[in-house]
Amino acid sequence: MIPLTIFTTVLVIISFIIDRKKTIKGIQKGLKQFFKILPTLLSVIIIISIVLFFVSDKFLMEYLGKEAGLGAYVSAAAIGSVSLLPGFVAYPLAGILVQSGVSYSVIAVFITTLMMVGILTIPIEARYFGLKTTIIRNALSFIGAITVGTVMAFIYYLT
Amino acid sequence: MKAFLKKHKFDFPIILVFVLFIGSSFYFNYNPGKQIFEDNFWMFFKEMLIILPVIFILIGLFDVWIPKEQIQKHIGEASGIKGMFLVMLLAFVQAGPLYAAFPVAYLLWKKGCSPVNIFIYISAFTTAKIPMLTFEIGFLGLKFSLLRILITIPVFILIGIIMGRYFKRNNCKISEG
Repeated sequence: MIPLTIFTTVLVIISFIIDRKKTIKGIQKGLKQFFKILPTLLSVIIIISIVLFFVSDKFLMEYLGKEAGLGAYVSAAAIGSVSLLPGFVAYPLAGILVQSGVSYSVIAVFITTLMMVGILTIPIEARYFGLKTTIIRNALSFIGAITVGTVMAFIYYLT
Repeated sequence: MKAFLKKHKFDFPIILVFVLFIGSSFYFNYNPGKQIFEDNFWMFFKEMLIILPVIFILIGLFDVWIPKEQIQKHIGEASGIKGMFLVMLLAFVQAGPLYAAFPVAYLLWKKGCSPVNIFIYISAFTTAKIPMLTFEIGFLGLKFSLLRILITIPVFILIGIIMGRYFKRNNCKISEG
């Protein structure tokens, strides 16, 4: 995150030196877009915060754990598609799950759906792409994520 | 203003109810409410406020400085494999949550990037951002990360091609948000 901020600051300064007016116009344009989408972002992160309250580590362990069998894959795909977690939370969590006996292949399904499919962020995506395109993209990504998870599961099973 | 309120007709009620809920949770010491706010909401809120303004400023600068012809030439309709490679590279070096990719997609589209490349960009963004890879390797190991990325890349190129075709055939548009 810090590199991106430094990079942006440097760019803004250079841009400002070259053309003051253009720079201000650009920043205004960008921030205007930000404030336009902000209410949707806020309401989506509110919903995600509430959903995540019910998806605790213990809950995940129960549904993704050793005893869950094939159901673990289904749960992993379902939970992964609905939730949205920043990487710095998702990976440590996945690490804990692996250490407590959840298999790598279940984690693969969980991580890929978590990243590629975002059911709760559909309201944001639809603002840009329209609802239909958004739903098709998420459905395709879901199939894609399941495919990746299955191939990974197969490789882990073989090795 | 009216159009703005109408566009967010679901958002403002949700925000209002949440503010009231969290306010009263703290007032009455209701633990689940406090936990939702402190453990979850605050984390997302911080991430949003730290990353998004920076990304939107970059988008704004990009918008005024980079001419459309440049984008069209490098990642437009006729850019082929090279174009795909460039958008993937652009996605890999970025940071931030999935919803940070959509405004960038809008900008790219406005500047003449091909639909296929836009969807490859979005999928690549979700899959393999370099800043996040260090985390993944640290917690799940190099083998896991490498396997996942190698298997995912062909899958998301395919998704990009299918989505791009659908997008063009239906004359879809990307709006400003």
